[in-house]
Amino acid sequence: MKELSLNILDIAENSVKAGASLTKIKIDEDEDRLTLTITDDGCGMTAEVLKSVTDPFYTTRTTRKVGMGIPLLKLEAEMTGGKLEIASRHEGEYPDSHGTEVKAVFNKKHIDFTPLGDISESIATLIQGHPETDFLFIHSIEGKHIALDTREIKRILDGVPINSYEVINWIKEYLNEQYS
Amino acid sequence: MKSLAELQAIKEKMKDKIILREGVGDIRVVVGMATCGIAAGARPVLNTLVEEVSAAGLAEKVTVSQTGCIGICQYEPIVEVFEADRDKVTYVKMTPEKARRVVEEHLKGGNVVSEYTIAGHKE
Repeated sequence: MKELSLNILDIAENSVKAGASLTKIKIDEDEDRLTLTITDDGCGMTAEVLKSVTDPFYTTRTTRKVGMGIPLLKLEAEMTGGKLEIASRHEGEYPDSHGTEVKAVFNKKHIDFTPLGDISESIATLIQGHPETDFLFIHSIEGKHIALDTREIKRILDGVPINSYEVINWIKEYLNEQYS
Repeated sequence: MKSLAELQAIKEKMKDKIILREGVGDIRVVVGMATCGIAAGARPVLNTLVEEVSAAGLAEKVTVSQTGCIGICQYEPIVEVFEADRDKVTYVKMTPEKARRVVEEHLKGGNVVSEYTIAGHKE
């Protein structure tokens, strides 16, 4: 992927597909390291499935037999000397606390580090495509916290669809202004 | 500065429009947003479609949504247009520029941009 924010868009889609009601996207950055954590309360994976998700020839989709999302993120993290970890609790075993956490660590100073890119655009795209579920986004960088919680936005909107063009546009600008 | 108060104002403005919107949307535009689509550049294509549909005043008539892998990854980014009583149109290897033309000529004007479709596409 050309931007890390595109991987984030891709990986968060898995959470939505797992039936998550809330997907948390956290980015913690210091001078040397970027840690991405995507946590959801979706159906989770069994130990057996979990073992195979980093294998590119494992996928849940039926149109093709290859799934590249997680293997791609893992490769990109490891290319910088970082790592990828996944923990998951399947709903069959954990009816009250199921979900998945994907954590990727990148060394920002490595030549193969892919820049984050337009993260506001990725968050807005996720919300546009999945208005029925919630997202919490927190980016901590240089002592600043950029944050967006769709639950809070929906409370204010009081029934006005969050994926209306005007709202999606506001979300993008609201995030961009927190960065500037 | 964008504030939550401003969001409140957007809500007040849109509250009345919602009732009108329900039950409409004769044209459905779907963008493939799986790993293959995203890697090929689907994000800016999707966002251009959302923007241009609104700018052209088509928001009442056209809904833009996302889907997973369509199965022909080599042609991504893919945009499908579904319209009642018309055949589905599949646009392939899309770009924001092509998306603008599709909004103008197809969604607004009613004429399929044949050269961007899977049938009209030349390697």
